[in-house]
Amino acid sequence: METIQKLIEFSNEISILEISYLVASVLFILGLKKLSHPLTARAGNLWAAAGMAAAILFTILFHKTTITHADGTTVVKSIGNIPWIVAALAIGSFIGWYASVKVKMTAMPQMVSIFNGMGGACAALISMMEFPGLQNELAAAGDTHMLTGEAIAILLGLMIGSVSFAGSMIAFLKLDGRIGDIKNPVLRIVNLSFLVLLLVALVVIMLMQPVAGNNWPIYVFTAAALIYGVTFVMPIGGADMPVVISLLNSFTGVAAAMGGFLYGNQAMLTGGILVGSSGTILTILMCNAMNRSLLNVIIGAFGGSASGGEEAADKTVKEISLSDAAVLLSYSQKVYIVPGYGLAVAQAQHLCHELDNLLASKGVEVKYAIHPVAGRMPGHMNVLLAEADVPYEKLVEMEDANNEMNNTDVVIVIGANDVVNPAAEDDPSSPIYGMPIIKAQDAKNIIVMKRSMAAGYAAIPNNLFYHPKNRMLFGDAKATLQKLVAEIKSL
Amino acid sequence: MEEVLKFFLEYKDMIFIITLSVFLGIEVISHVPAVLHTPLMSGSNAIHGVVIIGAIIVMGHAEELLPKILGFLAVVLGTLNVVGGFVVTDRMLEMFKKKKK
Repeated sequence: METIQKLIEFSNEISILEISYLVASVLFILGLKKLSHPLTARAGNLWAAAGMAAAILFTILFHKTTITHADGTTVVKSIGNIPWIVAALAIGSFIGWYASVKVKMTAMPQMVSIFNGMGGACAALISMMEFPGLQNELAAAGDTHMLTGEAIAILLGLMIGSVSFAGSMIAFLKLDGRIGDIKNPVLRIVNLSFLVLLLVALVVIMLMQPVAGNNWPIYVFTAAALIYGVTFVMPIGGADMPVVISLLNSFTGVAAAMGGFLYGNQAMLTGGILVGSSGTILTILMCNAMNRSLLNVIIGAFGGSASGGEEAADKTVKEISLSDAAVLLSYSQKVYIVPGYGLAVAQAQHLCHELDNLLASKGVEVKYAIHPVAGRMPGHMNVLLAEADVPYEKLVEMEDANNEMNNTDVVIVIGANDVVNPAAEDDPSSPIYGMPIIKAQDAKNIIVMKRSMAAGYAAIPNNLFYHPKNRMLFGDAKATLQKLVAEIKSL
Repeated sequence: MEEVLKFFLEYKDMIFIITLSVFLGIEVISHVPAVLHTPLMSGSNAIHGVVIIGAIIVMGHAEELLPKILGFLAVVLGTLNVVGGFVVTDRMLEMFKKKKK
């Protein structure tokens, strides 16, 4: 009687758990769907979060694992160590929440990269802990190899998770400007061979005879995967980090799905694969926005080669004084501001908004031309300007802005470089040839605000600076804007 | 060959889910405007934090000290991914909402 009672209770709990996974999967799908429309995006994020909360809660409460002992008896075990799990959840939640709330909007890409790395590390740790158990089990059963679905899932999860973790950390360091690029062509060949080696090692480990307690192969394997993660991201240019993060994001999705495969857990499986496939598409969309292929980003990273630089070297740039700039702007009809990452780094977006308000009060029409990849991530600039309360209607997408360039009196380029580089249109030898740009050169006057004549993030010379219509306003974006605003006020 | 067929049959449910989810993932986000690329990346970053379920399962059955420590670490890292991911995304999207007014 008691056993039957137990069985019914047990199956009820399992059913509830599985239903919660189904609900979570549906919420993930709807959340992603909503996230891709501006009006519903915020709700979509909350839906996905709700699905996650349900899946986590019900896993702790109702998850059961059947453990088969060596003598053939089976035991059904619930989740143990609950106080520890709750403590870990609390610590992770606090740190995650605190870091997210405190991070500056400009450092958002770095933050996403770190969180992505944490997910990868989590997947790798799970695999590291599951491998010994699987090996012991197979050894006890007297198997001569480890060619099972579980072993594939564990090893792939370990490899992809480790690569994602190490790669994300390098991407974070690069975005944060703590390390530079190593652009050595040899490294790319080394990388390719390394990847092949890793895959061979994966197969070799599965072909090895399982010996209980013999876990060194996966430690070596993990170390190799971590090193590969580093060397994979190292040669890719800092300007391409958003694409890399997006790619590593989909990697982590696949690593999570491997965990789902291992545990027969549908929530992990759907969640992971959804991110894996949508992340890959997103990565490709990002590359398209820059008119480049994914392969070109990974292998052919923006070279530091100064193509077109020679002819620019002997040209001279014209400077503009603050008072001239103030007069020019005040008596214009239509002004376009082209913001770049330099603006964000200088934390000058609020001043920029002040400038546009000031000009608007003088009857000047001011708008912002937003390049899809301005900033460090696609859409990053919209977020940063929104933070400074710039109204949505003033943010104009590249194509629409380009149509209006001909009757624009002044274009002010603040801290942007590559996105206004005419070489993308007229110099087939340029690494960014073919990338859509904001056609600042079509406007009647151009003012480029820049710290110095140094090349941009992609290290490509910019002929716009030498354009007859262009005048430079050198200095830190924030300080210069401050002075400019004061100058216009005093007119 | 027989091994492969056997493998397919053994895991057919999961192989189905994986295959269908791949198409679903592509379909779901294929019309996203460039403005939302960053929040979408961040949001999907949070979703793959579902790996935390695996961490909870391992931690829930850990008995010795080392697995307990590793499991604890895995749960902390997974939570960071989930909570951090969703909060960061919400913060980004909050700004989009503000300017709608």
